[in-house]
Amino acid sequence: MRYLMLICNDETAAAAMSPAEQEQSTARYVDFQQEMGARGLLQGGARLRPTSDATTVRVVDDEVLTGDGPFAETKEQIGGYYLVDCKDLDEAIEVASKIPHARFGTIEIRPVWEMDMP
Amino acid sequence: MTHVEAAVAEAYREEWGRVVAALIRLTGDWDLAEECAQDAFVRALEHWEHKGVPRRPGAWLTTTARNRALDRLRREATGTAKLREVTTLMAADEASPHDTGPERDPVDDSGIDDDGLRLMFTCCHPALSLDAQVALTLRTLAGLTTAEIAHAFLVPEATMAQRLVRAKRKMRHAAIPFRVPPAHQLPERTGAVLGVLYLTYNEGYAATSGHDLTRQSLSAEATRLARTLTRLMPDEPEALGLLALMLLHSARDATRTDEAGDLVLLEDQDRSRWDPDLLAEGAGLVEQALRRGRPGPYQVQAAIAACHATAPSHADTDWTQIAGLYGELHRLTGSNVVELNRAVAVAMAAGPAAGLAITEGLEASGVLDGYHLLPATQADLLRRLGRPDEAARAYRRARALARTDVERRYLTRRLASVEGTVEPAGESVPSGG
Repeated sequence: MRYLMLICNDETAAAAMSPAEQEQSTARYVDFQQEMGARGLLQGGARLRPTSDATTVRVVDDEVLTGDGPFAETKEQIGGYYLVDCKDLDEAIEVASKIPHARFGTIEIRPVWEMDMP
Repeated sequence: MTHVEAAVAEAYREEWGRVVAALIRLTGDWDLAEECAQDAFVRALEHWEHKGVPRRPGAWLTTTARNRALDRLRREATGTAKLREVTTLMAADEASPHDTGPERDPVDDSGIDDDGLRLMFTCCHPALSLDAQVALTLRTLAGLTTAEIAHAFLVPEATMAQRLVRAKRKMRHAAIPFRVPPAHQLPERTGAVLGVLYLTYNEGYAATSGHDLTRQSLSAEATRLARTLTRLMPDEPEALGLLALMLLHSARDATRTDEAGDLVLLEDQDRSRWDPDLLAEGAGLVEQALRRGRPGPYQVQAAIAACHATAPSHADTDWTQIAGLYGELHRLTGSNVVELNRAVAVAMAAGPAAGLAITEGLEASGVLDGYHLLPATQADLLRRLGRPDEAARAYRRARALARTDVERRYLTRRLASVEGTVEPAGESVPSGG
């Protein structure tokens, strides 16, 4: 069962971190990825640039409309994601709780809509 | 009702949840499990009429439902892989001596009971909304119909049906596991199960009007499920505490309202009509739970209820101990409603002025704004302090906030009794229904 874990937090707080704090955060992610990699659960993941670097695209009447900024203004933004393969939701919850940002923000677990499933 | 109909009805009450749970474990399909369980009970009506009621109705029903599920899966051409899996599981189930051995009674059968516990934890999974948890528990575990649950929660049947469909869909799509959580998750998840049972009990308990039997039956269902939980988790003192709390409340059922359906306060209830068996069992369970040395909110609430239950009269109640227990409960839960209850107990132990001071602190903080029992409590304390005009104003505030007709009628009577001793205040009186 595959799940996408969206790491949501306040990106202004992330931008305000000191170099020492950033280093510490990176070390925690290294630990997390090592553990989940060793358990064979990790299928992908990345940290994302902040929403100030985001571009939105819509097509209206065959015209490509390009915009700056995120899709919606929210208090928390998606700062990264992991794609994991877990036995069930309980295992996914356990993995999500170990993502370092679960302590500062929110992890949203979304089951992947596998195409052979109704 | 014939003998067979009565036997089927009893089996439905006792076995429905276990039959469904066994089928969910075997097939992983909640809808199929419910349909096949339903089917087995229909067949029982006919079969038991001719062949007699089986010695172990639960085992008969589970086997019948299981065979029905197998038939259904065989007929569905798409289910071949699933069918193999289910057939293997069923074969294993048949072979396990504890399930089919004639010397064992299914009520004590740990395999079947484990299914019940799995079902309870799965219905109360925190990834589901609380509304969905309650609805699933009542439908799947207690066997109430969708219409009954909808009526009990005062929502249209279509809304409740939709809620159940969505919950089962999420369970399937998000792969919520059908199991008892592992030890490290158990405390949190047990809390969720207890919370659902407590909420269900209170929904029924709050429905005091005598003609609303469906809502009252919620309390009976919740008590039955809590009893099952104490059997399945004998080492969990909070489960014992919750069951004790329910029994101690239910013991006073006959005296909580008068013939007109109006509320009767604890102090005015006829203690001789409290159910002595329920009181004794409840009080015994509280002691049994507290001996484990792991107190929790349900045990403390049950201890408070036991103090009331064993007091010879309202005046001769150990209010100092009750105030202390409310203090402990407030420490455990941080609930402001609990603090309001402590104010009442302190007023009984140390006089109304001491209680009023606590309620004024709550009022100033604004944490209970909109809760009718805050002004209602203040009104009562002001009345006892001989300040009837302030009491009348507080009763009016309380009546404007009250949620049920029974409560509004009660507050109107109290208002009239204090107004009888004062000049009319001349305020407009809210109609209150």
